Amino acid sequence: MIAEVITKRNIIEVKNLVKYYPVLGGVLKRVVAHVRAVDGVSFNINQGETLGLVGESGCGKSTVAHTMIRLLKKTSGTVEFDGKDIFSIKSDELKQMRQNMQIVFQDPYASLDPRLPIGDSIAEGLKIHHLGTKQQQFEQVLAIMKKVGLEDYHAVRYPHEFSGGQRQRIGIARALVLNPKFLVLDEPVSALDVSVQAQVLNLLKQLQQEMGLTYLFVAHNLGVVEHISDRVAVMYLGKIVEITSREQLFLKPMHPYTQALMSAIPVANPKLKKERLILPGDVPSPLNPPSGCRFHPRCPIAREDCKQVEPELRDILPGHQAACHYA
Amino acid sequence: MMENTKPSLLEVQNLVTYYYTDEGVVKAVDGVDFKVYPGEIIGLVGESGCGKSVTSLSIMGLIESPGKIVNGKINFLERNLLELGESEMQNVRGAQISMIFQQPQSSLNPVFTIGSQIEEVFQIHGKISKNEAADKAIELLKLVGIPDAVKKTHAYPHEMSGGQAQRVMIAMALALSPKLLIADEPTTALDVTIQAQILNLLADLRRKFNTSVILITHDLGVIAEMADRVAIMYAGKIIEQSDVQSLFDHPKHPYTRGLIASVPVMGEIKESLDTIPGNVPNLIDLPIGCRFSTRCNAREEYQLEICNKQEPELQRNQKSGHEVRCWLYQDGEGHTAPFKL
Ligand SMILES: Nc1ncnc2c1ncn2[C@@H]1O[C@H](COP(=O)(O)OP(=O)(O)OP(=O)(O)O)[C@@H](O)[C@H]1O
Ligand code: SF4
Ligand SMILES: [Mg+2]
Repeated sequence: MIAEVITKRNIIEVKNLVKYYPVLGGVLKRVVAHVRAVDGVSFNINQGETLGLVGESGCGKSTVAHTMIRLLKKTSGTVEFDGKDIFSIKSDELKQMRQNMQIVFQDPYASLDPRLPIGDSIAEGLKIHHLGTKQQQFEQVLAIMKKVGLEDYHAVRYPHEFSGGQRQRIGIARALVLNPKFLVLDEPVSALDVSVQAQVLNLLKQLQQEMGLTYLFVAHNLGVVEHISDRVAVMYLGKIVEITSREQLFLKPMHPYTQALMSAIPVANPKLKKERLILPGDVPSPLNPPSGCRFHPRCPIAREDCKQVEPELRDILPGHQAACHYA
Repeated sequence: MMENTKPSLLEVQNLVTYYYTDEGVVKAVDGVDFKVYPGEIIGLVGESGCGKSVTSLSIMGLIESPGKIVNGKINFLERNLLELGESEMQNVRGAQISMIFQQPQSSLNPVFTIGSQIEEVFQIHGKISKNEAADKAIELLKLVGIPDAVKKTHAYPHEMSGGQAQRVMIAMALALSPKLLIADEPTTALDVTIQAQILNLLADLRRKFNTSVILITHDLGVIAEMADRVAIMYAGKIIEQSDVQSLFDHPKHPYTRGLIASVPVMGEIKESLDTIPGNVPNLIDLPIGCRFSTRCNAREEYQLEICNKQEPELQRNQKSGHEVRCWLYQDGEGHTAPFKL
């Protein structure tokens, strides 16, 4: 156990990350309110591991993912990559950092330029970063295409000639051609046919081992997240409500929201038709989140103080944190 | 499960619906047979583009050009719906068969209040006063669990969340007590905690009114929780059909088996997932023989020569009612099936 703790090296450290989106209103289009999409989120990711980030739509998981690689400006907080705050580094280092932190998006259709043969799309990063000669770039593109299961002759074809699963492979190749250390996967399989999802999930696991990659895997599907993750963070309305190892989380979810989320998932086994824990009401708006614990209006175990006092993310068990007064 | 001997409510026979596009003929539904019995939920499962929605639009008489129903019968309460004229069909739609869709917000009219849209359903189909209709609308909204039902009749669709809009759609669909409800991916666009609410509501209403439901989804979990029987579609055909328990206990078709094995299930950790190779075929240019033959591992394992030459028929086990369309279970010319159904 101790040895394990020592060898695990933090590669990402997110502290108190906040991201508000301004809402403009009135004739003057002034800022009238803020969507509090991410409201004080902290976590770390160890070298070589996969952190799963789950939650329902609008809970802020994609905003976390995009902000932590500086695709979006933060409102406050810090994100350290390899010990350096990515928001304060200068242009040279920033270039290096961008090379090391890459992203794969949910919609493989939207994220490719339809007029570009996919070989050129994949080479784009190399060109932007002026890495190698034309010949070297070409060879690197073919090598990464092979790694993700595409053939050489695919390089001259256009995106519309590929199926969803193949396009997602192209997206992965584009991200990996720069040989990054860290990859954000933002719902990478949710737009794919069920029978093709497994191919991509297996590929991602295999690439992680071969290339020593660290992943942040954003998804709403708990089955997928359990399959791919080493640790899992659960978000609700801009906050992490629970974070621990995948084994702990699925064996012993502590936060009432996590429990309800798991209970809500229909299981592909008719013998397990279960008594569901059904949460009342809708997810409240992040424009105006509830006071105290944001989950209290839907929470089955809420008490009076939950309405006033916001719970901190605290250790409930070793390596297992939840933000609930009564977990 | 014993073979169902009750008369069916709906019987779809050899339904063929094609789209005549510039690129070629899209064989969206290509010989589909199934029955729906009173009060049951039958799940129609398959991947994107396999023809689930076209099947349901065919039943509703809503296929538009370049689509055309080319063949088949849709027997409903002793009439073949395909022989009805549009005005007769209008009486069937909503009153006897109704439908809900994946995107509830886009199926509601944005410029009318929720209340007036529900009232309209009553007024189209029967002579009923405005006041009576308004009362009924409130009653329905309560039935589907909308809080503040009276107030909500004055709300516009954009003021509702996705879950509430789907409740309103369900209210409208059930307004005239139809015998059959077609729910096409009713919860796919919703979050899981809201999906759980809506599935619960559908199950309750089915129990209360004994409505038959065709539940269309690509989510095997939803099927396992909700359905009594299941039909699995692949590239325009039903390739397996049985009661829900035996489908999950003994899936027979290689596609069904592959599908079940490739989905990560919460609580079952595997190092790597089983995969189905390749992609869903193009419905304009289908493989010859079995439509799944280009992706089928079993065909190679058992060295079945016949699979990419001739299409297998739907075989039925008379005792269990389990049906499967695969040469593993069917003798053919010079071909002995390795398995008995
Ligand atoms: N209006 C249309 N014109 C041309 N082709 C169509 C039209 N509507 C449907 N199709 C084709 O018919 C086939 C079956 O489509 P359908 O919508 O029934 O699939 P589905 O099983 O409901 O898929 P999904 O899970 O994505 O909803 C597809 O290949 C589709 O592209
Ligand atoms: S008929 Fe042949 S190819 Fe088709 S599913 Fe059966 S074994 Fe596979
Ligand atoms: Mg559909």
